[in-house]
Amino acid sequence: MLIKCPHCGTRPVEEFTFNGDASIQRPTSNDPATMDQWFDYVYLRDNPKGRFDEYAHHSSGCRAWLVVTRDTQTHEIFNVVTARDYAKKRVAS
Amino acid sequence: MTGFRLDKGGLIDRKAPLYFTFDGRAFTGFAGDTLASALISNDVHLMGRSFKYHRPRGVISAGSSEPNALVELREGARKEANTRATMIELHDGLVAKSQNHWPSLEFDIGALNSLASAMFVAGFYYKTFMWPKSFWEKIYEPIIRKAAGLGNASKEADPDKYEKAYAHCDLLVVGSGPAGLIAALMAARSGARIILADESSTLGGSLLNENEEIGGMSGHAWAIGVIGELGSKSNVTLMPRTTIFGWYDDNIFGAVERVNDHVLEPSPYEPRQRYWRIMAKRAVMATGAEERPIVFGGNDVPGVMTAGALRTYANRYAAAAGKSVVVFTNNNSGYRTARDMNAHGVHVEVIIDSRKEPNVDAGGVPVIRGGAIVNVRGGKRVSGVELADHRMIPCDAVAMSGGWSPIVNLMCHRGAKPKWDERIAGFVPPDVGDRFVAAGSAAGRMLLSECLADGARAGTLKGKTPAIPKCRDEAFAVTPLWWVKESTGKAFVDYQNDSTAKDLPLAAQEGYRDIELAKRYTTAGMATDQGKLGNVNAIAILAEATGRTMDQVGTTTFRPYYTPVSFGAIAGPFVGHHFQPVRKTPLHDWADELGAVFVETGLWMRSSWFPQAGEDWLASASREVLATRERVGLCDVSTLGKIDVQGKDAAEFLNRLYCNTFSTLDVGKARYGLMLREDGIVFDDGTTSRLAADHFLMTTTTANAARVMSHMEFCHQAHWPELDVQYVSVTEQWAQMAIAGPKARATLQKIVDKVTLDDTGFPYLAAKEISILGGMTARLFRISFSGEHAYELAVPADYGNLVARSIMQAGEEFGITPYGIEALSIMRIEKGHVAGGELNGTTTAGDLGLGKMMSSKKDYIGRMMAAREGLTDKNRQCVVGIRPFDAADKIRAGSHILKKEDAPSMAADQGYISSVAWSPMLNMWLGLALLSNGRERHGEVVKIFDGVRKIHMFGVICDPMQYDRENKKLHA
Ligand SMILES: [Zn+2]
Repeated sequence: MLIKCPHCGTRPVEEFTFNGDASIQRPTSNDPATMDQWFDYVYLRDNPKGRFDEYAHHSSGCRAWLVVTRDTQTHEIFNVVTARDYAKKRVAS
Repeated sequence: MTGFRLDKGGLIDRKAPLYFTFDGRAFTGFAGDTLASALISNDVHLMGRSFKYHRPRGVISAGSSEPNALVELREGARKEANTRATMIELHDGLVAKSQNHWPSLEFDIGALNSLASAMFVAGFYYKTFMWPKSFWEKIYEPIIRKAAGLGNASKEADPDKYEKAYAHCDLLVVGSGPAGLIAALMAARSGARIILADESSTLGGSLLNENEEIGGMSGHAWAIGVIGELGSKSNVTLMPRTTIFGWYDDNIFGAVERVNDHVLEPSPYEPRQRYWRIMAKRAVMATGAEERPIVFGGNDVPGVMTAGALRTYANRYAAAAGKSVVVFTNNNSGYRTARDMNAHGVHVEVIIDSRKEPNVDAGGVPVIRGGAIVNVRGGKRVSGVELADHRMIPCDAVAMSGGWSPIVNLMCHRGAKPKWDERIAGFVPPDVGDRFVAAGSAAGRMLLSECLADGARAGTLKGKTPAIPKCRDEAFAVTPLWWVKESTGKAFVDYQNDSTAKDLPLAAQEGYRDIELAKRYTTAGMATDQGKLGNVNAIAILAEATGRTMDQVGTTTFRPYYTPVSFGAIAGPFVGHHFQPVRKTPLHDWADELGAVFVETGLWMRSSWFPQAGEDWLASASREVLATRERVGLCDVSTLGKIDVQGKDAAEFLNRLYCNTFSTLDVGKARYGLMLREDGIVFDDGTTSRLAADHFLMTTTTANAARVMSHMEFCHQAHWPELDVQYVSVTEQWAQMAIAGPKARATLQKIVDKVTLDDTGFPYLAAKEISILGGMTARLFRISFSGEHAYELAVPADYGNLVARSIMQAGEEFGITPYGIEALSIMRIEKGHVAGGELNGTTTAGDLGLGKMMSSKKDYIGRMMAAREGLTDKNRQCVVGIRPFDAADKIRAGSHILKKEDAPSMAADQGYISSVAWSPMLNMWLGLALLSNGRERHGEVVKIFDGVRKIHMFGVICDPMQYDRENKKLHA
């Protein structure tokens, strides 16, 4: 598989390390009442078939965390953005 | 014809005789031969024994699908088992041995299995050897292991080199037959970057084997012309001897190039094989088609082979597989063999065609229509065939053709399934999009003109497809005959694994109707050839037995590798000391000079102890501890991870990463930090110093240095991109050493510039940039892992050895001693400091006795989850000290702790010992342990149970800190 890093261009998958679903967001509250949200965030993951936003660290490259949007069935990659831009866009929306 | 070598023809060089041995006998062949063709020309057909019944076997094919003629190639360290005689290029001095027999190929005891074959029906492994259970290990398994298995691997290290290589191209063409050649030619003429790969030693594919006519010349002459043009172009890379073994995501292909398998010994400057990764914008699968055997009695007797193989041996290698040939066919291929053999002057006795009314040019050879062979006579060589009508026809070779299967493997490697095509009686490749297309007979187009047209189309990357040269077509027609049910002899579906026609209905009868299950139950298709010849026959027989169509049964899963790939090629150059890099610390030379024994920790080489004459590791480490605690010691701690953190929000960033607070840390001071995982478990620890308001220097444990860095990058970029902070690993940039002991201050004072190292000038936990040795930049930290009055000094890496030597010199008058990580570990256990044994991915801050560090005034990674009930339970195992009750006893890490009255068993487990050390200060073994509710149990006598050694003893639980409990020495 080849991944197009926004900084480094198209690079082989071996240069990347993966860290699962990027669509879930770390809760911000420390209120004990939010424990269920935290539990979901830390432990619960979907295993979707099809389009999936996934964290990928360009660990043997520029060291940027990226969000790769990929079809889990065909491995077609639709989009790659930095995790930074992904997070900022999420805050904005 | 002299012997079995034809007088003329073939692509062999008769002026270049080659000498080789097979099973110790000397033979002669010619350049251009394979081992198989050379043996056939010497009338050697018996080349191996089968796996289960040890039946005598000869070649079935003339290519990479060969299941039978597997040999041990070469000797000594270069010996390679299970190589296919059909793919081995003959060279001078070649040595090969048959395999899978004992005591000899001619006489094999295992062949008795054949007589007891009732025992060896499908699934026999699962049935016969199930009972009694105790027999498995002692009796069944050793017998099966001795009798089974293929060749023997060399036990010596491979002396040859292997390489990994990468290539990019506009078009990859797999296979260099008519379709592949013309595809490559069209694409090459357009200027595109082309790679043309073929598994054979010579490009040309079927044009090397068959009598064809293209553009008014022989197919072979046409191929030479095309290859010549391709070879002259700078945009074309020709790769013979290269197997494209797999197709992966994004049109990436894996390949093995056999650079030097065809010579006796590779040149010292070249690899034996090269492992390629080819990134292709587009690719053409022009892999051709594979001829199928027919399943009939004795279809494995040496001398029986596919019709295409028989004429390939004659046409390409000028080797006659016999002097009198019988052809058995269900399609036109058999006729072609008959005509070609006739033309070579080899007698063809008869064509037995299972079809009733074929109308094909038999070249004058008599044809029996609607006939079938039920048995082949002969043991180690064909002597005749018996027909269904009881006729017996003497012959010494049988050419069989059960039809042709497009070689679809590559296109199915990513999950798509092939489709059954009634017209050609074969599975054709799936449509996988326009980046990878099939052409020629691989796509089910069985006429030469179709192959050329198809290849030209596939190779035309832009514009109109140019006209193709005129050629002569050989008609194609097939009526399936899979299995001659009247067979009287054993009829094989999978040769290498000895699966017979009867095994498949049996599998279906026992419920294994799914092809994937039937495959595993009968082992058909599971051998080194992966069922290249037998799978379609197996599917057809299973379809019939279960009343389904070919598509309903379907194929098994096609996976890389297409043919076996050596471990050498996969490992590439990454063997021995190239397997992984060695990280030497900046103090390595210094430690080496002083006789350090190094230990590998991850990639690092760490100085472990510094033995003097006659000392073992324990004596050495004990002396180092005593010297440090009584005088002064110097230890290399450069492997700790060091991360430089800067920026306006650096303190805030650290606050969120660590469970304790760093924003309150004064400039010029160090603080111990504890980092949790998001699930509340401890992740890492280390000292962080504030060098300026917006500048921190973190340290991590040696083991977690890389992980912590990735974690910081994730937290910053994914969670908190708004933080203005930058950080970079400086582990490699700084040499770091600990100077510990009562004389540490006096020693260091001699090398530092200006600073006075007293409690005002440099108090406990001071952390400052200073200069040493008259102007060298250094960072000095007054921190201690040993519990002594101690410092850590960091200097630019290149000065590490020099500074360490200078400190040794300065400390000489005080009796300075180098100490290694063994002594370091003893001292930290004496002081009850946690390390890897306790920071083991299961413990919380509370378990480690560090619960008070967890701030309640801020959010940080792990805060919420650490508060969960289960992580704060008072009965959790927490860190305690432990000693043997009898000071003479030795306690061991990993031993479990029970209540003193409990019987020694895991049922009463209360915790375990996580670290131990011999304490030279206390003259006994000490440990740290994780014990349920341990903090409440100091003073309790417990039972220590070592279940591995089956010993138990009494111990006493105590505070983790067992030496200098008032920390007098630390603050001295
Ligand atoms: Zn990158």
